[in-house]
Amino acid sequence: MKKLLNTLFINQPDVYLSLDGDNIVLLKEQEKLGRLPLHNLESIVSFGYTGASPALMGYCAERNISIVFMTINGRFLARVIGASRGNVVLRKKQYAISEDEALSARVARNFILGKVYNHKWMLERMTRDYPLRIDVAQFKETSLHLSGLMLGIRECEELERLRGLEGQAAVSYNKFLDSMILQQKEDFFFHTRSRRPPLDNVNAMLSLAYTLLANDMASALEGVGLDAYVGFMHRDRPGRASLALDVMEELRGIYADRFVLSLINKKVLNSGDFIRKENGAVLLTEEGRKKFLTAWQSRKQDKITHPYLGENISWGLVPHVQALLLARYLRGDLDEYPPFLWK
Amino acid sequence: MMVVITYDVRTVDSSGQRRLRQVAKVCQNYGQRVQNSVFECIVDAAEWAALKLRLIELIDPEQDSLRFYQLGNQYKNKVEHVGIKTSLDLEGPLIL
Repeated sequence: MKKLLNTLFINQPDVYLSLDGDNIVLLKEQEKLGRLPLHNLESIVSFGYTGASPALMGYCAERNISIVFMTINGRFLARVIGASRGNVVLRKKQYAISEDEALSARVARNFILGKVYNHKWMLERMTRDYPLRIDVAQFKETSLHLSGLMLGIRECEELERLRGLEGQAAVSYNKFLDSMILQQKEDFFFHTRSRRPPLDNVNAMLSLAYTLLANDMASALEGVGLDAYVGFMHRDRPGRASLALDVMEELRGIYADRFVLSLINKKVLNSGDFIRKENGAVLLTEEGRKKFLTAWQSRKQDKITHPYLGENISWGLVPHVQALLLARYLRGDLDEYPPFLWK
Repeated sequence: MMVVITYDVRTVDSSGQRRLRQVAKVCQNYGQRVQNSVFECIVDAAEWAALKLRLIELIDPEQDSLRFYQLGNQYKNKVEHVGIKTSLDLEGPLIL
């Protein structure tokens, strides 16, 4: 299995990234802030505006190290990708399936199945771990409801109907996101999803987690030779990595939501790590983002046994493994795409 | 795994100075400089083979020396630092 390499986050707005030999050199007003060998890195995420040298971008594109630029607020700006690599035949197969409604639905339903399954087991896990702090009966009822929806999703052949079922599942699950917050309830609550801009602390964290996950997913897909921009369920739109969003569906709850919940429940972040702008937008402070990213990176190092492969891997490699499995399915080596089902 | 590389290059003539620069450059491409002629490199087996070969080709065995210390994957509890210029932990969270 591939080794999980590190991600370099640049958390200051005025750092310029340049290349020297096989090293990335971080410059702040002509002063050297750091120098790291690039072979230890898998991606570079920069929160700031100053930029990177073309030489560095070329070097990274050639070696499949992704560079992602974000605004200081964590909104995605751009991702540097090099020449398309991998297999033309695989890409053509992907395009052909994406053009065909029924075939697309057949792949997409497995993403959604994974998503609903993981949401269901997040609820079940809560009833097991905190039976005295939550309303177990309601949790169990929704869990049953989700099981019912899964039967429908399993058989679904139309994209429109699939979106409908997914919406129903999302509504039932979202109702419980707030009850899964057990600590610091006066500062952290979830009423509804808000984005661009996020309007409360929880949404600010969810947005950042989803953005990071989407970037990892897109890099993983490109890494196995798929086109991250041609999806099966999300419609094509310029600049949107639709396939990354598709595959990400099954990981949202288990990978991002659960991470955000643990940050709140373990009191890693508190209300002081957020600032509110005049327009109501809530953003993480530089210090808060640092805590967030540190926790995100160490979560990625945690070891798990992949439920389908049965192999011991780090959490951070899950997007890569799912991309690999999807490529195998498209190639015809697998009869069906196996979603990441985590109990 | 981590490998610590230290070197001594004789710099009385200009070819010695050239060798010194080249050795430093190759080491820098693979790892981080922790003291003047000491580098810590986190490499896999293939990278290590390539790096070692490059360095051995560069030096003049009559005048210079190289020393390699293999610290393996569990190097973190084998390294202790006292004083200024601590190194970055390249496998921990990298947030600058």
